[in-house]
Amino acid sequence: MDQAIPVFVIIPLAASFLISIVGGRIGGFGKTISVLVFLSTLIIILTYLISGDHASMVYKIGGWEPVGNIPIGIYLLLDPFSGFMLIIINGMAFLSTVYSVNYITKYTGEKYFYTLFCIMVAGLNGVVLSGDLFNLYVFLEITVIASYALVAFGTEKEELEASFKYQVLGGMATALILFSVGMIYWYTKTLNIADITKILASSNDRMLIQFSELILIAGFGLKAAIMPFHGWLPDAHSSAPSPISAMLSGVVIKAAGLYVIFRLFFNMFAITWEISVLITAIGTLSMVVGVFLAIGQWDLKRLLAYHSISQMGYVIIGVGMGMMIIANGGNIALASLAITGGLFHLINHAVFKGLLFLNAGAIEYRLGTRDLNQMGGLFEKMPLTSGTSLAASMAISGIPPFNGFFSKLVIIIAAIQAKFYLLAALAVIVSIITLASFMKFQRYAFFNGTSQNYAKDGVREVPFFMSFSMLVMALLCLALSLLMIPAIRESFLQPAVDALLGNNEYFINLLNL
Amino acid sequence: MIVFILCFILFLVGLFGLLTSRNIIKIIIGLSFMEFSVYLFLVLIGYIEGGQAPIVVKGIDIQMIVDPLPQAMVLTAIVIGLATKAMLLSTAIRIYKKFRSFDIRKIRSLKG
Repeated sequence: MDQAIPVFVIIPLAASFLISIVGGRIGGFGKTISVLVFLSTLIIILTYLISGDHASMVYKIGGWEPVGNIPIGIYLLLDPFSGFMLIIINGMAFLSTVYSVNYITKYTGEKYFYTLFCIMVAGLNGVVLSGDLFNLYVFLEITVIASYALVAFGTEKEELEASFKYQVLGGMATALILFSVGMIYWYTKTLNIADITKILASSNDRMLIQFSELILIAGFGLKAAIMPFHGWLPDAHSSAPSPISAMLSGVVIKAAGLYVIFRLFFNMFAITWEISVLITAIGTLSMVVGVFLAIGQWDLKRLLAYHSISQMGYVIIGVGMGMMIIANGGNIALASLAITGGLFHLINHAVFKGLLFLNAGAIEYRLGTRDLNQMGGLFEKMPLTSGTSLAASMAISGIPPFNGFFSKLVIIIAAIQAKFYLLAALAVIVSIITLASFMKFQRYAFFNGTSQNYAKDGVREVPFFMSFSMLVMALLCLALSLLMIPAIRESFLQPAVDALLGNNEYFINLLNL
Repeated sequence: MIVFILCFILFLVGLFGLLTSRNIIKIIIGLSFMEFSVYLFLVLIGYIEGGQAPIVVKGIDIQMIVDPLPQAMVLTAIVIGLATKAMLLSTAIRIYKKFRSFDIRKIRSLKG
């Protein structure tokens, strides 16, 4: 299996080049190849997780063995946390490409769409697998360049403006991240994450490290669009084609932003009280402010984009509380519970927010508008879209038995047990406001009783492939609730949490000492 | 030490240009300044006083060669920077074709 690690990067990358060369000559080549590629990567990662073998594996690019216990060359590492992220990335990519088969016909340049899509997924897979700081930066740039182009894919006024904003802020983030990587290299003279951990553990100089930690939070916070850095997200996510919005909101802000923050702060830097308070504080801020910004939106995709900021806040406070408990020297089991809640909400958010964006795309596909005021009565015309979006709306606002309820419940229970009563109260209040906001979406889009408006317009259910993706995701919204059952959680979610907590294991595996 | 301070000043110049200018081409130039200062910083951290090129041949003092890894990093980063700049400028061209202006005060179709 460890020889299969680079496959996650190689297959999508090769597919993207192949599509850009042959895609124009053979009809339907792009969509067939990309669906097959993401299906195959999904199957490979699922076999890894189902095999029950949760050992981490290392692949040394070019076969460069360590010299005198000093790692040289670039290492890729697959551990349960990376595996957890890979499932989200490749699963969402598969469903989004299936959806695109019908959806993207309304744009020209289909082959460029699939080319860029494959490059984006190759970069994301690389980010979560990389065990080398500079290599991580390179994969991050591969991802974001493809997503800049995909946001501007419609090449109309709005898309170009959104893409420009995204690129300028993304460029700032890049400069900050590269600066911080340089600082860390200056101090430790190595780029291997495990080697950096070893050197940082034996150092006393905190000033430089704290400075680079803060810059890293700013850089990856910009990529993850957490609250003070969120300016680009509503524009970029609402202007992109809908499958891309689903990928950006469901996967990219998590894998390129939050994953790296969690990985570096748990496995590379020692967790300190100041940093964990800072992370929890920005998480709380984005959770609360995001939902208030969302409530006044009438553009459907903009509303969903603001909710992404808010829901990312839940993930961050879950993990941030875990960091605070560890930094205080508190109960590890409690910290593990909080982090479990955070990661559980991360996968749930990928599914229900992806589904909501696909629903928005389905409505836009038939009606040609994203304005909630111009919709209404779609319940009779588009029953499947209506039903799946109801499932996703209930999941995001935390109504049982959908998955969002259980992850929010775990986060709130962890907050109460750890005596963060204010956080628990805020999480409940934000959840109620989310419910109000999604009731507005349901009412104006599906139940406002003006269905006769569309009698002649040919408004009907969306084609097969779009319906298929939405249906699968709606079923996943229900099925992911099963992660609450201890036996399933132990085999799927708990290894990812343990990989974050047991930082020694990560570092032994990466160094292969 | 003075070179690091100058490098940081270059970073701030770029940030100032990015934040205050209204022309999108000037914003791109400001962003480039920020990135170039980071490249300069990366080269500087590998430098030692009186250092030699990092090529191991007979008669060279290993202690005196500069660190080659930041140079490799900087080359990679420059190539990535080129790609992002090309992407930004091509977006700028498309924006000019749509809005007939480079002024960000006139490019405001997104609100909320």
